[in-house]
Amino acid sequence: MDFEVLIENTLNALAAGITIGCIYGLMCIGLGLIFGIMRIVNFAQGELLMLGMYASLYLVTGAGVFAFLGPYVGPFVGALCAGPIVFVGGAVLHRFLIARVSGLRTAGSVDDGHFGQLLVTLGISLILQNGGLIVFGSTPETVRTPLASRAFTVDGFYGDATVFLNKARLIACAVAIIIAITLYLVLEYTRLGKSLRAAADNPTAATYMGIDVDRAYRIAFALGCGITAVAGGLMATYLSFGPFIGLDYVIIMYSGVVLGGMGSILGAFWGGLTVGFVQQCSALVLPPQLQNAAIFVVFLLIVMLRPQGLFGRSAERA
Amino acid sequence: MRQGAGTRLRRDGIVLAAVSILYLAISAFVTNSYYQLILTLVPIWAVFGASWNILSGYGGQLSFGHASFFGIGAYTVTLALVYWNLTPWLGIPLGMLMGAIAAVIIGTPTFRLRGHYFALSMLAYPLAILYLLQYLGFQEMSLPMHRDHPIAFLEFTDQRLYTLVATLLLVAGILACMFVENSRFGLALLAIRQNELAAEAAGINARQWKMRALITSGIIAAAAGGLYACVLLVVTPDSVFGLLVSAQPVVVTLFGGVASIWGPVIGAAILVPLAESLNAQLGNIIPGIQGVVYGAAIIVIILAAPDGLYWTIRDRWLRGAMPPLPPPLPAAAVPTRKYSEIGATPLLQVENLSRSFGGLRAVSQVSFAIQPREILGIIGPNGAGKTTLFNVLNGVLAADEGSALLAGEQMLGRKVYQVCRMGVGRTFQIVRSFSRLPLLDNVVVGAYGAGLPDRAAVAAAEHALHHVGMLHLATRQAGQLTNKQLRLMELARALAGQPRLLLLDETLAGLGRDECDEVLDVLAKLRDEGMTIAIIEHTMHAMMRLADRFVVLDHGAVLASGLPRDVVENRAVIEAYLGKKFLARQNA
Repeated sequence: MDFEVLIENTLNALAAGITIGCIYGLMCIGLGLIFGIMRIVNFAQGELLMLGMYASLYLVTGAGVFAFLGPYVGPFVGALCAGPIVFVGGAVLHRFLIARVSGLRTAGSVDDGHFGQLLVTLGISLILQNGGLIVFGSTPETVRTPLASRAFTVDGFYGDATVFLNKARLIACAVAIIIAITLYLVLEYTRLGKSLRAAADNPTAATYMGIDVDRAYRIAFALGCGITAVAGGLMATYLSFGPFIGLDYVIIMYSGVVLGGMGSILGAFWGGLTVGFVQQCSALVLPPQLQNAAIFVVFLLIVMLRPQGLFGRSAERA
Repeated sequence: MRQGAGTRLRRDGIVLAAVSILYLAISAFVTNSYYQLILTLVPIWAVFGASWNILSGYGGQLSFGHASFFGIGAYTVTLALVYWNLTPWLGIPLGMLMGAIAAVIIGTPTFRLRGHYFALSMLAYPLAILYLLQYLGFQEMSLPMHRDHPIAFLEFTDQRLYTLVATLLLVAGILACMFVENSRFGLALLAIRQNELAAEAAGINARQWKMRALITSGIIAAAAGGLYACVLLVVTPDSVFGLLVSAQPVVVTLFGGVASIWGPVIGAAILVPLAESLNAQLGNIIPGIQGVVYGAAIIVIILAAPDGLYWTIRDRWLRGAMPPLPPPLPAAAVPTRKYSEIGATPLLQVENLSRSFGGLRAVSQVSFAIQPREILGIIGPNGAGKTTLFNVLNGVLAADEGSALLAGEQMLGRKVYQVCRMGVGRTFQIVRSFSRLPLLDNVVVGAYGAGLPDRAAVAAAEHALHHVGMLHLATRQAGQLTNKQLRLMELARALAGQPRLLLLDETLAGLGRDECDEVLDVLAKLRDEGMTIAIIEHTMHAMMRLADRFVVLDHGAVLASGLPRDVVENRAVIEAYLGKKFLARQNA
């Protein structure tokens, strides 16, 4: 009987790990675009996630434009629409702040301008967190959907063991996978994707080939912001959040991106999935306080064993 | 000590004494306990920034997780006081010891990583410790009061005494930084920051220096953390291991000026009071506004002064016109020795050396020998494996098989800096300079790498510069040199290490014909003095003039070797260079 409970817990943890992991994966793709293409450590990424959550919240609740869609469809449409809104915000941020400390302007200088980028993104992060506190208030919010408290049940694995699949998370997971695949196809096969990858590989050479690297970076940055915001909108359906939630997730995002290997979109997705999976599965054996510590331990282990990330390649010419 | 250290140390020492006395004098008149607390916190965060600066500023190893050391210092003091009743006067040194141990434990695996990976991995440690402490139940620890012997337990009723202790700690921290900056420690770190591979090839054991930097940094950060606990009397995992604690030294140092001893002090002196007074003035009216203003202030300053306040102010107002250069000295009058014959036993004996990248055999069964006092030209079409051969020889890449004996000693399987210390100097296809350091320091790095003591190192560097005819440029920043001068600088850097063998990778690349001749003259002179050189080069006319013997590589294998005349008439060589068609047309 105990064994049956164990099986049930394990299967549920696996299921939760995969669904949450896919959403983390999408979140990590957003950061992966920025980190991988522009090589910028963006400390404000967690705040973009937060903005996505609030954008979705204001779109679908109260007097929001999508309030008429109701609690079933609305939250997911809201999450999708949070993307373009934050995309525009990201483009503006890049135009006026990020571009001044990154890109061709700093390529080749000592430390490649990393120090300036760090401070600017830290500053942005502080402004967004505290500005969020002023504008949105400190009460925890959530984009309510009845789906969050309903689950599909699957049984018949072993005795009476039942796997519960939370409906809100399951839909969020499906949306995340669809967006991730679409983005991968866009980056792999379109002209835009190729110019982004060229700008990532060698910005100077890309300029000589007629690619507007500044524009490519702006698109990458804005896209990265937008994708993370969509992930935020999806998470808002099953999570309560406040203006400072970004702090909790920025580390998870970096773990995922580094695990997957920088510059690899698919890698970022798998990295995020791994982190979500480890987080949920560690719940089986570890007390709740140590679950996040488990992420870091796994993160450090993988990075030590494969410094180039799970899917990255490293090369240096002498 | 480095060149010019004496004047720098004296100047900085005077400024330090003046600033700290002034600071203490001002703080003596502050009676408001809140303002006094701010005055205590400024030096503490400045020390923390200074500790970060050693590793990340001078050494370029960005750490986002310095809260590990700060927090370990704070928790060691607290736990020792709570459980053993150990006074912080001893608790802080104990915390510093723990900081050093933590630095070794954290650094050993993490220094395998580079760049962003290193920076982000460092982020994971304080957070892992934070969750662990929460789990262990050390959520909120307050330091017990000792009413009978307050001074013995670093508990002062007069807050000004905390400021005094904090300022003394800052003075000690700054003195440590001054020592680092002006010794070979600092120069090695600066070299590593600007170009790690070049530093290694100049004989610097990068890993060892980075580890020393982390340990020094960890000790200082732990001291700051320990005192912080004593001042606040309460520690929580978040207040000493949290993300914002890790961000604090980064912000104050970058704001004030990275890789300068004054940077963290300037940053802390401006930002800490700003943040605190914003909290006090605005925090109650509109919660959050203080963060917005603080963030905006950071952004505005960094856009206006991207290198930090110290450097921007120095560059804009304090730097006079560049001093005029002394005229070039006459070329070194070295007695030219002519060797009638080349030595009999080879200096370098390479046998069956191979290296593959996946399916590509970049270097395949290569064997050749270099006699003492010989110039061996290594030629071959692009992609023939010439640079890979050098990389394998000097330890950048591992060999798959084969051996390379330098005067009977195995070179393979050693690290880059170890190969350098065997007496192998190396220059790179793309010049790897330490662009912000003066020319002389660039070359001194090579002399330090060979293990020379300070005075001898400077002498060797000056000698090497004299040799290549650039001593008059010694104070120029490497970033201001021309391509030819950079090539000669690399050569001088290799020479300063007193090598037996020089590996030169396309030293003439990108040079005009006249410049080319100048460099060739230097090389010929070196040979005449008894240097042994292996040189990769494409410019055939130069090679014909210079080389005693050729080795031709093609597709990773030795195609031909011998005297220059014979090699250039070899049909296989012409075919490899110019193609079969050319050969056929010539024969027709």
